[in-house]
Amino acid sequence: MPDGSFSHPQQRQFNPYTENGGTILAIAGKDFSVIAGDTRQSEGYSIQTRYAPKVFRLTDRAVLAVNGFAADGNMFVKKVQQRLEWYRHAHAKDMPLGAIARLIQTMLYGRRFFPYYVYNILGGIEEDGTGAVYSFDPVGSYEREACRAAGAAQSLVQPFLDNQIYFKNQQAPAGQSHPLHLPLSDVLAIVIDSFTSATERHIEVGDGLEIYVVLTKGRPTQDLEGYRGVKELTTRPDGDRVFLIQRELKKD
Amino acid sequence: MDSFVDQYSKNSATAEIRRAKEMFEEEDGMDAMWGSQAGFATVASGLPKFTIPAVPDPSSFLRLHTDDHADPSCRIKIKHGTTTLAFRYQGGVVVAVDSRATAGSYVASGTVKKVIEINPYLLGTMAGGAADCQYWETYLGIQCRLHELRNRERISVAAASKYLSNLVYSYKGMGLSMGTMICGWDKTGPAVFYVDSDGTRLKGDLFSVGSGSTFAYGVLDQGYRWDLTDEEALELGRRSIYAAGHRDAFSGNTINLYHVKEDGWEFIGNYDVSKMHYEGPNGVGYAYELRVQGKSSANPPPDATEVPAQA
Repeated sequence: MPDGSFSHPQQRQFNPYTENGGTILAIAGKDFSVIAGDTRQSEGYSIQTRYAPKVFRLTDRAVLAVNGFAADGNMFVKKVQQRLEWYRHAHAKDMPLGAIARLIQTMLYGRRFFPYYVYNILGGIEEDGTGAVYSFDPVGSYEREACRAAGAAQSLVQPFLDNQIYFKNQQAPAGQSHPLHLPLSDVLAIVIDSFTSATERHIEVGDGLEIYVVLTKGRPTQDLEGYRGVKELTTRPDGDRVFLIQRELKKD
Repeated sequence: MDSFVDQYSKNSATAEIRRAKEMFEEEDGMDAMWGSQAGFATVASGLPKFTIPAVPDPSSFLRLHTDDHADPSCRIKIKHGTTTLAFRYQGGVVVAVDSRATAGSYVASGTVKKVIEINPYLLGTMAGGAADCQYWETYLGIQCRLHELRNRERISVAAASKYLSNLVYSYKGMGLSMGTMICGWDKTGPAVFYVDSDGTRLKGDLFSVGSGSTFAYGVLDQGYRWDLTDEEALELGRRSIYAAGHRDAFSGNTINLYHVKEDGWEFIGNYDVSKMHYEGPNGVGYAYELRVQGKSSANPPPDATEVPAQA
């Protein structure tokens, strides 16, 4: 421990990072995308707050989930939102999802030598109306995928998604093949099960769950109607639509 | 003349603006950011700018937090582990890679695209830092396009690879990590260059990079000839990556296969390593077990081992 005395050698380090726990996940469907995260924020074994959102609406067709170091994550989301606002002022439209993904890459890589300690997952609707998920590493390498989990319970949730979404290690019934895309109701059930299970087995996951659902322009909404407390966050009519579903998770 | 004076004056209005710009330019004040060119607009005025931590030794700061060889418990895990190969032969260039990314012993992804499509005539491979390879090879693509526009002629593979190696050399010692092969077809015919973040740049017929490269080389060296047919060459690439996926724990999942010809590259296919083990590309599995089965008393035919049913 450095104490300012000269009697023994001392070393100091600049350590601007911490880990705030929590988990995020996103799944893309044919004409929708689901992005979810728990709301617990912790440091070590103590819970700092039971409600710290990790998932943010960027535009009517893009939602960003951030996990890792909360301070870096919040700052990063703020800067992405600022760049998207500048884009709106310059072009009088929202930035397309693929362009947001590339923007996030260059913004993360701009800190290659002083990284943001954040794992990002971007979900939303592509310009052709298909659901998409992009996942990033802290310095900006990215890939489009059908599903991805990140954060504290990544190693618990990702194998479950591999099995349920990609049908890994599953045999299709004789004469049939696995479906290419799952319906929204199945995906929402998988998301909720992922988080209740992760809450049971990981101490850094729990308290609350926020599920964002992005629907392609013109898609019927009846499969969302069965869920209680669905909030619509769409800002403009006649485009892609964003909805938020909030759920409680165990608090112990 | 006024503009010349302004450029060097310390107290004119333009100098004030210049100082204000310098203050904010680091991250969020660049004019180009207002446009649609995303971060790459910064290339209009030379190289992109990076935020550097305000510490006496920035690269040891970076190493402290990201180097998981020295400290497995470090926070920011950079993905590692790879097998990539590329070779030149009579019919062009074959590029084959695996698709596994590992963080420590966790398989972070099994679907990584380790071939970076720089432009319709150039391919780059990814080993080492995924972000470093993706970002700088995309950046190389921009520079290659600018070369085309300025010189009315496609850039040679030699020039493109030299651009990249000079670029990474200018960051030497700062922690970049990449081992890449730049592959293409230019006036001189098929070409492969190995470029890495130490600044090495080598021209050659045959390279393999990554933790599984020794296994890939074993198969590749044994089967390589200049006058390979296209089918033989593609099979050699696929078989070599399979060998690495089979023996190297940090490689595997799937194989991505590319073929570069005179009119540009072509994506051949994606092959599951486990499927290659049992079934191979056309029903004949690569597995060693399948070749020994039933050939000796130590490997008896499957039905001979079965215990006869009791009456």
